[in-house]
Amino acid sequence: MKKEEILYKYEKRKDNVLYILHEFQDLNPYNYVTDDDMQLIADYIGIPYSKVYGTASFYSMISEKPRGKHIIRLCDSPPCHLMGSIDILDVIKEELKIEVGETTPDMIFTLEKTACLGVCGVAPVMMIDDEVYGNLTPKKVRKILTEYKEGTK
Amino acid sequence: MSEKIKLKIDGYEVEVEKGATILEAAKKAGVNIPTLCYHEDLDPSAACGICVVEFENKGGYQRSCCTPAEEGMEVITNSKTLRKRRKMIVELTLSNHHVDCPSCAADGKCELQELANHFGVETEAMPSVLEDKEKDKSSVAIERDPEKCILCGRCVEVCENIQTVNAIEITDRGFEANIDTPFGYGIGESPCINCGQCIVYCPTGALKEVDHLEKVWDAILDENKHVVVQEAPAIRATLGEEFGMEIGNVTVGKMYAALKRIGFDAIFDTNFSADLTIMEEGTEVVGRIKEGKDLPVITSCSPGWIKFMEEYYPELAKNVSTAKSPQQMMGVLTKTYYAEKEGLDPKDIVSVSIMPCTAKKFEAQRPEMSDSGYQDVDYVLTTREFVRMIKEARLDFKNLEPQEPYHALADYTGAATIFGATGGVMEAAIRSAYYLLTDEDMDSLDVTPVRGMEGVKEAELEIAGSKLKVAVAHGLGNARKILDKVKKQLEENGESEYAFVEIMACPGGCVGGGGQPYHSSIAMRARRGEGLYKEDSELPERASHHNQAILNLYEDFLGEPGSEKAHHLLHTNYFKRSVLTGKSIAKATGAHEKHLEKAAE
Amino acid sequence: MSVVTKYVLFGIDDNTLQAGARRVEEEFKRELKNAGLDDEIKVVETGSMGIIQKGVVILVEPDDIYYTEVTIDDVKEIVNEHLLKGRPVQRLKFDGKVDKSVVSFRESAQEIKKQNRVVLSNSGVIDPENIEEYIAVNGYEALAKAVTEKKPEDIVEEIKESGLRGRGGAGFPTGLKWSFTAPLDKKPKYLVCNADEGEPGTFKDRLIMEGDPHKLIEGMAIAAYAIGAEKGYIYIRGEYKLSIERTEKAIEDARKYGILGENIFGSGFDFDIEIKIGAGAYVCGEETALLNSLEGGRGNPRVKPPFPGQVGLWDQPTVVNNVETLANVPSIILNGHDWYREMGTEDSKGTKVYTILGHVNNPGLIEVEMGTTLRDIIYKYAGGVKGNFKCALVGGAAGAFIGKEMLDVKMDYDHLGKYKAVLGSGAILVMNQTACIVDMLKNTLAFFKHESCGKCTPCRIGNVHLYNMLDDITKAKGKEEYINNMLTLAESMQQSSLCALGQSAYLVIESATRYFEDEILEHIERKVCPQNVCEMK
Repeated sequence: MKKEEILYKYEKRKDNVLYILHEFQDLNPYNYVTDDDMQLIADYIGIPYSKVYGTASFYSMISEKPRGKHIIRLCDSPPCHLMGSIDILDVIKEELKIEVGETTPDMIFTLEKTACLGVCGVAPVMMIDDEVYGNLTPKKVRKILTEYKEGTK
Repeated sequence: MSEKIKLKIDGYEVEVEKGATILEAAKKAGVNIPTLCYHEDLDPSAACGICVVEFENKGGYQRSCCTPAEEGMEVITNSKTLRKRRKMIVELTLSNHHVDCPSCAADGKCELQELANHFGVETEAMPSVLEDKEKDKSSVAIERDPEKCILCGRCVEVCENIQTVNAIEITDRGFEANIDTPFGYGIGESPCINCGQCIVYCPTGALKEVDHLEKVWDAILDENKHVVVQEAPAIRATLGEEFGMEIGNVTVGKMYAALKRIGFDAIFDTNFSADLTIMEEGTEVVGRIKEGKDLPVITSCSPGWIKFMEEYYPELAKNVSTAKSPQQMMGVLTKTYYAEKEGLDPKDIVSVSIMPCTAKKFEAQRPEMSDSGYQDVDYVLTTREFVRMIKEARLDFKNLEPQEPYHALADYTGAATIFGATGGVMEAAIRSAYYLLTDEDMDSLDVTPVRGMEGVKEAELEIAGSKLKVAVAHGLGNARKILDKVKKQLEENGESEYAFVEIMACPGGCVGGGGQPYHSSIAMRARRGEGLYKEDSELPERASHHNQAILNLYEDFLGEPGSEKAHHLLHTNYFKRSVLTGKSIAKATGAHEKHLEKAAE
Repeated sequence: MSVVTKYVLFGIDDNTLQAGARRVEEEFKRELKNAGLDDEIKVVETGSMGIIQKGVVILVEPDDIYYTEVTIDDVKEIVNEHLLKGRPVQRLKFDGKVDKSVVSFRESAQEIKKQNRVVLSNSGVIDPENIEEYIAVNGYEALAKAVTEKKPEDIVEEIKESGLRGRGGAGFPTGLKWSFTAPLDKKPKYLVCNADEGEPGTFKDRLIMEGDPHKLIEGMAIAAYAIGAEKGYIYIRGEYKLSIERTEKAIEDARKYGILGENIFGSGFDFDIEIKIGAGAYVCGEETALLNSLEGGRGNPRVKPPFPGQVGLWDQPTVVNNVETLANVPSIILNGHDWYREMGTEDSKGTKVYTILGHVNNPGLIEVEMGTTLRDIIYKYAGGVKGNFKCALVGGAAGAFIGKEMLDVKMDYDHLGKYKAVLGSGAILVMNQTACIVDMLKNTLAFFKHESCGKCTPCRIGNVHLYNMLDDITKAKGKEEYINNMLTLAESMQQSSLCALGQSAYLVIESATRYFEDEILEHIERKVCPQNVCEMK
């Protein structure tokens, strides 16, 4: 039901594909778009499945695989890298016991590297879901992750 | 009308039309600038960068494939820098390519191989960065090897824009970018209609047919098997070019000779069953015109088109002729009529066809194509596979003495041979339909308005005082134009302006089929088609209803065109298929079955 | 952001002390810390503000906003609303007359005043979510002037004369770009604002959209009028949630005020704007890739020519301009091109917004005249280098390393070009002696490898090889020929790639090897990372 409501908000135009993909992904508890979602969009807009799939797979914010409840996007662009993002990455990997691109078995966290988030003034930076965390230190990261684990965030 | 501009290519002045690219201008000046992703039939994707050129009086580099020539340009196509750049691109491409030349299907045809060779590039000039990628073997017709793919994008371009099938797309990004079917389900689970145009346009061996060659050799070399073979009309127009003969040279006798030498037990000719198709389809057309029922009749011999129809136009299934394709007619006759006549057990017969087509592999495996009680056609070889077979048998094709086939199932008329070119089925059908409606032959058998390479062709004929409008489309993008028009007319007026429509999935018709040699361009297809029309003009009989062998067959075995027996063996049903997976969802027509029921009453 | 972008001045005198100024100050510092603003906003004690009997008095600079009768309970609101979100707290604002000569300590605040703000003139000063505040600072006057008093061709001419050049990176003259599209009869035409800011280290466009979205809208409306477009799009990267929100609101408000929509200012000119969001692809900052993405497809760059000016969005004539470029437009129209031409250098007029980051004392965002030297930017505005200056990566990943030798080169499009460097997006990443050039280079190549669209062979495969060579070097597996191989390959890519992404690797590699060949050789020959950053195993 909800998905149809999202679709009907948009005109049947190809340029609305990214908008709908974003919305469908946000709606999914596992933060991804399913094959069915993409088929629904293609059928609604009236474009081939190949187009929606090709488009969705191009963009790094859209996932075609299930992800965790929280998506950690760690920036490793040059400014963050210079300010020590790799140390932060190591801490996250160690805390969550996953590699970049992986999801914890309990489906709580997915770890991704992201291109510059544009908040380089407080590098190194990560984004968890829509929340930005800057001036990260190993200690600060551990604390933030604990808060998410305990569900206080 | 069009404006001309002058420019210099390596110092040589050349005049071209405004809008021509530098690449085209250079060609006119006698230089073929090296290309890899570019193909003359397709819009440039500008993916590879090999064709960069420099300019005499200004800096910068441009891709000649997509840069318009400008008045006064002074283009340099070869320099120290350009050589280095081009070599580098070939090296880069090879570093991410499974270099498998000796056993690759495209060996000797591969454009990457050729460039590497011309530029003197060593295969391992750069360390390999190739990652393991699984082959896509999900289809019964087409196989894809992503490790050989160089992402030129030609296959996507042809699938999306020429054929409008949209079975493949470039997916993911950066180094992970690859060509894939929707949701990665595989070609066999995609809307792919098996036309194989992706293969003929592939510059490497990343795409090829599903190989039946090994199985055919096994059968031939098995003493207990009786192996028969049929060859499609378009085969005879391309074999020669693979053996150093001129494009469009028709080589029937040599073809039979090669087949005999290879060891087939009996040689039939699909041209025979093409004439048979005209008798069945022509009778159907005439009947429906007389009744004014389900017009237009749309041809049914292109299996790529049939699957396309089942996916995208199932509502037009009732308009498609119920006549099977020539391949399948021959297949069913082989295991019924021929088996009976020769006293053979059909289970010992292995029926092989040689086709310009990859979709024929799919068609042969359709469950309904077993009216003989067995799979009517066991193996389908493409022209490419057959060429390899001749080469493996070490036959000197060019100098083979012509041989004779098994006449009862091989004699044919000019009407059959032009099946291989766009418009050919239409022309053949008109020749016989005219006769069926008027009891006399046309003054001139040539129906030139339906010939040639124009995407959509129309003609208006006057037969027995009434006017009939017909249309011909080749390439499925062109087909959509006619089909959408027909659909709209049927919806709005309940009738269409057309009485008869020919559709061939591949541009140029079967001479441009997906089983034909790699890189067959539109220009080459046109020349092959001309070869077939030439053969037609030279044959003693040029209309299917004058084929004595066909008349004998009706007398001996089938009765008359459209008889109960003919319907049982030579006609079929269609399905509605999923646009997502290409799998059948429901029966789309029951015309054929209804006919059988009625006949039984 | 750890820049000093604002100062909170506490007027300390007997009156304010009695009112509890020190306790409020403590609370202020605590709240700033909680909000993560403690590096960015400095609390400074100063003398009397000249406002008496008004309790605790504070002045926020450079916004020039006085708050009076501030209590501990108000602190959180001021921090959250004004300092974090840029919306001054009206309730506490002091509207009376202030004798400014009384203020004794404002030197620190003058650092910000040294900047020459055109684009950022309102950022942090007005409430970006309140259109009336924008109007109050002469907002939309330029648009009114343009559509009621000037012909479209006059506007194009004015922008041409001003010497404004594209601020997205390439520096193409804006007026000239408009002049290709303006005379075309083909309708509709489109104006697209490129807000897909993805160049590492760049966030100027984000701050413009968050801090002063109406300036962008006004710039777009003027540009649309000039080129004859009735529809505009802002393509904002998906990660910029607040920018999307603020710009969306600003568009709605502008519509309510009749500034967008039909018959703007009764001039007969119609124009409306729609926001489109990206989904994470750096390459979409390239204008033709952006158009493909905006159309809902893969963000692959298109073949040029034809240029978007003739054949752009949905094959219609389209002008694509960067946020900062468009934000310059209202001031130019209002003040005239002569005013604008006074700023900058011969071929690069006006101001430039820089983001200055890395090993500097006060990283952040500044707007200064074109032609300001890197030395001035680092030492005058960013508080100098933490440690010793080693180099700066200027222009983001698509930029180049600049060594000590170039500190005094004027920063503008042409001067930097002469030194095989670029101004690019204006990102300046300063590195001190602890940074390893190989590590930074590898990081940059990892970025290109990840962000290549994959269409074009030199870029798709070339960046992988470049990255692999650098990876080898950091793992003590580097070979002597690598430096040369990298240069040759990167140069090939520069000459044969379709878009700027594939062409970019050359500049960083060439500049790194030019300045730091010895350091790279240390890694290769002695298998040692002098900065002890690389794994070397």
